[in-house]
Amino acid sequence: MAMVETFYDVMRRQGITRRSFLKFCGLTAAAMGLSPAYAGKIAHAMETKPRIPVLWLHGLECTCCSESFIRSAHPLAKDVILSMISLDYDDTIMAAAGHQAEAIIEETIEKYSGNYILACEGNPGLEQEHTGGMSCIIAGKPYTEQLRHAAKHAKAIISWGSCASWGCVQAASPNPTGATPIHKVPDLGNAPIIKVPGCPPIAEVMTAVITYILTFERLPSLDRQGRPKMFYSQRIHDKCYRRSHFDAGQFVEKWDDEAARKGYCLYKMGCKGPTTYNACSTIRWNGGLSFPIQAGHPCIGCSEDGFWDKGGFYNRLTSIHQFGVEENADEVGIAAATVVGGAVAVHAAVSALKRTQSKGDQE
Amino acid sequence: MSTSTKSHSEPAVYVYEAPVRIWHWTNALAIIVLCISGYLIGSPLPTMPGEASDNFLMGYIRFAHFAAAYIFIIGFLGRIYWAFVGNSHSRQIFLPPIFSGEFWDGVLHEALWYSFLTKEPRKYTGHNPMAVIFMHIMFVWGTVFMIFTGLALYGEGAGYDSWQYTYFSGWIIPLFGQSQDVHTFHHLMMWVLILFMIMHVYVAIREDIMSRQSLVSTMISGWRTFKDKRNIDDGH
Repeated sequence: MAMVETFYDVMRRQGITRRSFLKFCGLTAAAMGLSPAYAGKIAHAMETKPRIPVLWLHGLECTCCSESFIRSAHPLAKDVILSMISLDYDDTIMAAAGHQAEAIIEETIEKYSGNYILACEGNPGLEQEHTGGMSCIIAGKPYTEQLRHAAKHAKAIISWGSCASWGCVQAASPNPTGATPIHKVPDLGNAPIIKVPGCPPIAEVMTAVITYILTFERLPSLDRQGRPKMFYSQRIHDKCYRRSHFDAGQFVEKWDDEAARKGYCLYKMGCKGPTTYNACSTIRWNGGLSFPIQAGHPCIGCSEDGFWDKGGFYNRLTSIHQFGVEENADEVGIAAATVVGGAVAVHAAVSALKRTQSKGDQE
Repeated sequence: MSTSTKSHSEPAVYVYEAPVRIWHWTNALAIIVLCISGYLIGSPLPTMPGEASDNFLMGYIRFAHFAAAYIFIIGFLGRIYWAFVGNSHSRQIFLPPIFSGEFWDGVLHEALWYSFLTKEPRKYTGHNPMAVIFMHIMFVWGTVFMIFTGLALYGEGAGYDSWQYTYFSGWIIPLFGQSQDVHTFHHLMMWVLILFMIMHVYVAIREDIMSRQSLVSTMISGWRTFKDKRNIDDGH
């Protein structure tokens, strides 16, 4: 049944007017950086194409990706986006439970083998394969098994959020469960993987990635790390509205100082905007209302690999754990320069002494 | 090229050709500018008063860093070219003769000399073997590292379409993990180059005073002069 109904049918059934539908298409085209002409293409695709079945599996995660997704702020957000795709399985928001719910996975895999999208929220803990320990058990089986089974028949895999893309907090050192990002899980088949990192990713980024796949029937163009270029090709810093204060050398020095009230650059407060690839400073959050820097808080770099293990969120320079105590590059450098400088001074003194001695000997 | 043999020594040998000398001093200047501006990018100066439109301090500091970086890069490329076409001394820091027993014997002797365990240093027209080791590992490879990571970081700002991004950022950033890690290693290597500079300047002045050949003046005039008439220990 799901395959016959088009997106447009579903939207109309949900009580959405044609006017709102066209608005949605226009906004989506703009969000994806396409020309206005594409709004029509998107509308056409939605009117004619069957819905793509999506299996949304949850591994080790906090559900913040789902929470973000259902808040997509396009006019038609929560009803339509969820109806647009045929979200056959998502244990957080589906009505079915228990055996019924699990049966849907099998049904979808069988019926649409090679044609459905596997959306992964969270990642599997692989350590249990070595130790026999138990974590993330779904319907009596480890999540890893469910993931492998679903991945092998999928058309494409979307790694939602930093968990599925990089590992995130559950993979933080020492990573007791062996939490492993989707692209590093062995024996997963050959479906292409799209990473949509962020903790959570921006709602509009999530919906736009799916809309792109529906509209053009291909995956968006990805960068070398597998992230959609249209949202992850620039750093927060590149489009930050406080960038002029950075270039001017105007920084917040401490919380609640005059500079903080004036909205100066948060670079010295440890803002990770200069090293973070995401669209927060352009698309923003909560329907374009704001984003962390606009709210006066530095970016913590949540869409970057390893952001959870890089020392304090409020330090500009990264902590280097390899030296036993937490230090940054400058502390290491100054310590080394002091040692070498001291050694040079001592060496120079001894050299001078020796020289005086040998001169004395010659005379 | 010098034609001196072990049987006699010459009063002066032309060692460093003009391109090498010009490169040495412009490169030294570029490194100083890079270290200062780079440090200030990591730990910026106190906040500037006034409107953002009246100030461009961080912009100027970053400009100084990028401009000096291009001089550093182009100078290094020119220096590599000169290693091919210049005299034998111009190749020395790029190609340490690590398979030569004599070379390692020289390294050992220099170690003894610096530990005050031998009375006299050997006499070299070019760099002494210990210097070659340090210059090759810390300076040459340190420079290569800084050029690659530096261009990778520059490519982030220049954008996806830039050649810096295509040839450097695209593979170097994932190699290190993420942009922040590249920043950290770029920063750490600055300190390695600073350590090299401290030792380099100290040793050059010390050798100038205490060894048997000229050092500092050689990098200005190009001519190596000797303080005694005994044999030279390297084959140059």
